Amino acid sequence: MKDNPLIQLLLVFVPLSFLSVGGGQSVIADMHRQSVTVYGWMNDAQFLNLFALSRMAPGPGSLLAALIGWQVQGWAGAATAAAGIFVPSSLLVYGLAKLWARYRGARWQMAVEIGLAPVAAGMILATSCVLLRSTEGGWLAWAVALLSTALLLFTRLSPFVLLGGGALAFLLWF
Amino acid sequence: MEPDAAKPEPHLGLWQIFSTFTKISLTSFGGGLSGWMMREFVQNKRWLTEKEFLTGLALAQAFPGVNVVNLSIWVGYRLRGGAGALAGAFGMVVPAMVVAVCLVAVFDQLARFPLTHVILAGVAAAAIGLSLQMGIRAARRAVGSLVSAAVMTATFLAIFVFGFPLLPVVAVMAPISVAAAAYRLKNAG
Repeated sequence: MKDNPLIQLLLVFVPLSFLSVGGGQSVIADMHRQSVTVYGWMNDAQFLNLFALSRMAPGPGSLLAALIGWQVQGWAGAATAAAGIFVPSSLLVYGLAKLWARYRGARWQMAVEIGLAPVAAGMILATSCVLLRSTEGGWLAWAVALLSTALLLFTRLSPFVLLGGGALAFLLWF
Repeated sequence: MEPDAAKPEPHLGLWQIFSTFTKISLTSFGGGLSGWMMREFVQNKRWLTEKEFLTGLALAQAFPGVNVVNLSIWVGYRLRGGAGALAGAFGMVVPAMVVAVCLVAVFDQLARFPLTHVILAGVAAAAIGLSLQMGIRAARRAVGSLVSAAVMTATFLAIFVFGFPLLPVVAVMAPISVAAAAYRLKNAG
């Protein structure tokens, strides 16, 4: 059974589902170790290609797991790996959401909601600044990012237009 | 305190939930998925209040698992119970997975053109704006007292300037902030 690649994918990704705390970034190093060293599904260069593509593709960055699965066993592998990384932690959050609905309006819940808001705000601002710091394209990227922030704050412009505008600005410049 | 607007909307169809999540997932380049979600669910469709959304966001980050998938489950559940959670998570993950796999399949063709990289960088820069406007809105709303302003600033500095991992930061800041809020609520009667 241990030789079945689909089982191996589950053995790799189910534990990582519970370990990926604070975003998918934290478990990527371990995905690399298992895919390349432990199971030998691919070499370093192949892993890095998949990693870059998972950043470029839309959707959650952790779809890297699905790409690894695809490399191992086609669509069945992709679906198995995605289920492995997403389902276990999802069940936990589902339980939490249920609990939350049951005690709606309780004072402790109001305190949690009020108390978590500034923590969330600080996290979002920090994430934005980390992204801004790591951006490629220098001042142009900053200008595009800040302009798009202002437009989103003060207009109801569709984000599609902004993304297209960002692409256009870069195209015209380079 | 506003009346509880968290009641699941009875008229929302599962297909409507699924397709909204799919749209968000497939149009989110360069990260910032939660920014898209907030814009769509809170500002455009008004299916959730900002406070409900931010609570879900903080809990989704603090729990193990992939943040945006956690958040999709949370939002989906608020919209239409267990079936809504399933529709939200599937809408977020499955179509994007198909696109990502197809992208890998055509990777060699795409990567040959330098223009591909330029376009992606431009899209990514504009996408940062989404994250930032969301942070600004959240900050405006969250900062109601000296304590909450201090909590927000400390959280920001810990992550951005000092580069601490998210989990210990949340593990320290959240209890302090919640305790302070509970104290204020108790005093307010």
